[in-house]
Amino acid sequence: MLINFNFRVIWEYMPLFLEGLRNTFLISIVSLILALMVGILACAARLSRWKLLRAVSIVYIESIRSTPLLVQIYFFYFGLPTLGLRVPELETGIIALMLNSGAYIAEIVRAGITSVPNGQIEAGISSGLSYTQRMRFIVLPQALGVTVPPLLGQAIVLVKDSALLSLISVLELTRCGQELTSERFMPAEGFLTVAVLYLCIYYCLKPLAGWSQKKLIFREEY
Amino acid sequence: MAFYASRIIQILPYFLKGLLMTIEVSGISLILSTVLGFVLGILRTADSKLITRSIGVYVDVMRGTPFVVQVFIVFFILPSWGLQLEPLPAAILALTAMTAAFICEVVSGGIKAVPKGQWEAAAASGLTRMQQLRLVILPQSMQTILPPLVGQYVLMIKDSSVVSVIGVTELTRVGWQTVVRIPEGLMVFTLVGILYFVICYPLIRLSNYLEHRLSLQTVKL
Repeated sequence: MLINFNFRVIWEYMPLFLEGLRNTFLISIVSLILALMVGILACAARLSRWKLLRAVSIVYIESIRSTPLLVQIYFFYFGLPTLGLRVPELETGIIALMLNSGAYIAEIVRAGITSVPNGQIEAGISSGLSYTQRMRFIVLPQALGVTVPPLLGQAIVLVKDSALLSLISVLELTRCGQELTSERFMPAEGFLTVAVLYLCIYYCLKPLAGWSQKKLIFREEY
Repeated sequence: MAFYASRIIQILPYFLKGLLMTIEVSGISLILSTVLGFVLGILRTADSKLITRSIGVYVDVMRGTPFVVQVFIVFFILPSWGLQLEPLPAAILALTAMTAAFICEVVSGGIKAVPKGQWEAAAASGLTRMQQLRLVILPQSMQTILPPLVGQYVLMIKDSSVVSVIGVTELTRVGWQTVVRIPEGLMVFTLVGILYFVICYPLIRLSNYLEHRLSLQTVKL
């Protein structure tokens, strides 16, 4: 089965794989930071008092969550040029990833904020705290604990999602496997190496997510 | 613009055909992965360390690698190991293998959420292991399992767009073929998106509804 496995080719292409790994890493980090901003903004809009803002945010979140990421990527990849915008592939991909993860992060943050019981906020009001003080001292510290574990989960999803950028020819990890397939026709060597490298990232992030789950969610104890 | 709009209406039947293909691929995978996922999930809670560990590794591999890579592995690598698959069966195999891993986690989580006393009470009533599971544990764990299970189905329908890369003419592939001929990316992929929305959004609502509905049933002590 693996008799013909050609390790020499993998070694030969190692610089390419490492570059792909680095790019995957950078794309994920940049998209995650941008998505956090988008997500927090969308969540703020979702919880805002103005109906219009709420409606816009709901439409954004629901339409992102109900359509595949690949369709969103193609939407921007084929759609932006028809608007006369020439955006390179990498930036197009990051925009799609940012908007996609942003919607999920908005829901995660919202779940965190609404998980703080009303009584806590009322207690804050009766202690004479202002809105900002209530947010800062009561809601956010408690919401953060509930928010961090699913955020790390979203980070893992984001790393995997960035693999789809290979389809609009961004040179990241999965693309390396495709290159090896098209240049040498060695899909086994290419994609299994890619899979192993993704697993390495996964096994770095997974304990972190598990740890935060144990450490930060103390809510379940009572 | 108007010219293209009329052409898109002309080719709308192809989109509907693509939608049918998406439904077919995800429908078959849905059934297969549910069965496989439940079996794996129940085995995951078994006593044997060997079984639980090996299922754990399988789940980790499926969760740790991107679905595109899995699709490429099934489509390009299995043939060199003697398993030549057409695009459609390959797509179904990849989707089933991945979704089963996720469903396995959902199911084993649901089973573990049932208090130990229930197992003991069932055993004390003289039920066999299978009866305990079927009559006592699973019905109770269903309320934890169902909402995320429907969520997994939504994820799977969305992931089925990825199998377009190996040439299954489902919805995304139709959009891609169209956009090559009609350079109206925004319109074409808005249409594709709307068609996905039509299937996925009701399911998301169903998942939310189940979550709300079933959480009301739990007796709060």
